[in-house]
Amino acid sequence: MNSNEQILISVNNVTRYYDNFCAVDNLSFEVKRGEVVGLLGPNGAGKSTTLQMLSGNLAPTNGEISVNQYDLFEYPKLAKKELGYLPDKPPLYTEFTVKEYLFFCARLNRISKPRQQAAFESAISRCGLEHVSNKLIHNLSKGYQQRVGIAQAIIHNPQVIILDEPTVGLDPIQIREIRSLIRELRNDHSIILSTHILPEVTATCDRVLIINHGKVILEESTEQLKQRMDSSSLRVGMHNPPTIETLEKIVGIDRVERTEDSRFRFHYVETDYATNPAEKIIQQAVANNWRLYEITPERISLEDVFVNLTTQESSEQETGEITS
Amino acid sequence: MIWTIAAKELKSLFFSPLAWSILAVIMFILGYLFLGQLDLYLQVQARLITMQEAPSITETVVIPIFSNAPIILLIVMPLLTMRLVSDELRSQTINLLFSAPISMTEIILGKFLGIVGFIMCMLLLTLLMPLSLLMGGTLDFGLLASSYLGLLLLLSSFAAAGLLMSCMTEHPTIAAVSTFGILILLWIIDLAVNITNSPDSALSHLSILKHYQVFLSGVIDSRDLSYYLLFIATFLILSIRRLDYYRLQH
Repeated sequence: MNSNEQILISVNNVTRYYDNFCAVDNLSFEVKRGEVVGLLGPNGAGKSTTLQMLSGNLAPTNGEISVNQYDLFEYPKLAKKELGYLPDKPPLYTEFTVKEYLFFCARLNRISKPRQQAAFESAISRCGLEHVSNKLIHNLSKGYQQRVGIAQAIIHNPQVIILDEPTVGLDPIQIREIRSLIRELRNDHSIILSTHILPEVTATCDRVLIINHGKVILEESTEQLKQRMDSSSLRVGMHNPPTIETLEKIVGIDRVERTEDSRFRFHYVETDYATNPAEKIIQQAVANNWRLYEITPERISLEDVFVNLTTQESSEQETGEITS
Repeated sequence: MIWTIAAKELKSLFFSPLAWSILAVIMFILGYLFLGQLDLYLQVQARLITMQEAPSITETVVIPIFSNAPIILLIVMPLLTMRLVSDELRSQTINLLFSAPISMTEIILGKFLGIVGFIMCMLLLTLLMPLSLLMGGTLDFGLLASSYLGLLLLLSSFAAAGLLMSCMTEHPTIAAVSTFGILILLWIIDLAVNITNSPDSALSHLSILKHYQVFLSGVIDSRDLSYYLLFIATFLILSIRRLDYYRLQH
């Protein structure tokens, strides 16, 4: 189990400025072996900049990055050997065939000549490219081009794979295929992927970093995030409701708000199924003749969590600016 | 690693119709010049025999072509080099090279050697013309070799300048135009010398053409050799610096 705890990527207080604009602000995080980490954030949050720095395409203004315990700037060749990178636009030489291109990538990543054929075959079979390997990349559809991009990133069997928005622009079937490919890859690689598509995170990642304005505003495992999403409110409609104070006295209820005349939202803290107050509400409603006609558990979606977090921060910033 | 990139570059060139059409045009024009010179030689042949120290066939037929070739190749080389890096910057395939375990120096040297490989292919093709003269006479191989060395160095210098310009911009046409600018400026830089009539001034040493003419007289002078090698090294180092800049700044 010890090898599973090995940290493959460590990002230490990394800051990046574009002229005076701060794209990434003092970012720190770590990725362990075998982990899939999702980088989530609205457009312009600094996701791509972060991944470009991780892949050695961009030097940070401040801070350190190490891959497989080698500093990316002191030992770039050793660090980059264990790195596979798919940028947001796959870096394809479209005048080459898939086979020529992937052999070039294999040589570029210093795979020795006798092992190139095997590396090529495993990359195309993992990415489902067998029957297009002799076609020009130029003539492939967007989905296949994306797969060639992924094949390029995994051909040298790197410990760390960085995928920048791997499913953008693909149709739903292709998206599902790429996701299952990512799930398959997680067995022997660490993966960092960025996305602004929220369900993708729950579908593929172990851990989520939500980034906004170049800062991490939430770092949670997908399990924790799911719990956060598992709702903690009930929508209740009653024709003959009592006062809000009476309702708040029901065991387990945290707070009640009136949304419409006869509708209420009951907030509660959910720890397990025993604390769900729905049963008690129904019992009380029958006993006191509140004429309950509707009770619905409300699920907070990942979108809500996301919007909440990203807008909360900006309003905090605004108030901060006013007080200062 | 350098060879991997050089081989890829050469392959890319031959995948594009540009390289083939450039080869075709150059061979046609040089072939036409060669025929013209040959015709001229046949006309004056009778008179040459009677002369005491008659110029050889190499001097009368081959060397005039070598003095005209740089002008044609000056127009062609920027077109060959313009896409070397700028295309990769624009299509973002440069990311592939940046995230691979190779250094900037290896990238630039690989690209440069790829173009030098193409230049050599081109020169080998033109070599067929003087060699055809062997059917009816002998050649001065020493003079031929020094002329070819001179042309190779001259064209490699053109390529190094083109490579730097290609690193400067994402637009191949801008790269080509600025390469023209640099090369033509270096070509005519000794104009000022002719006006002021001071043949030993620094400007005359800078002229890219003057050093080439020495090779055409059959002399391989270390000064001319080092001029071209320094020229190439300077532009390659600047290219490496420029490529590094993309990582540091945007």
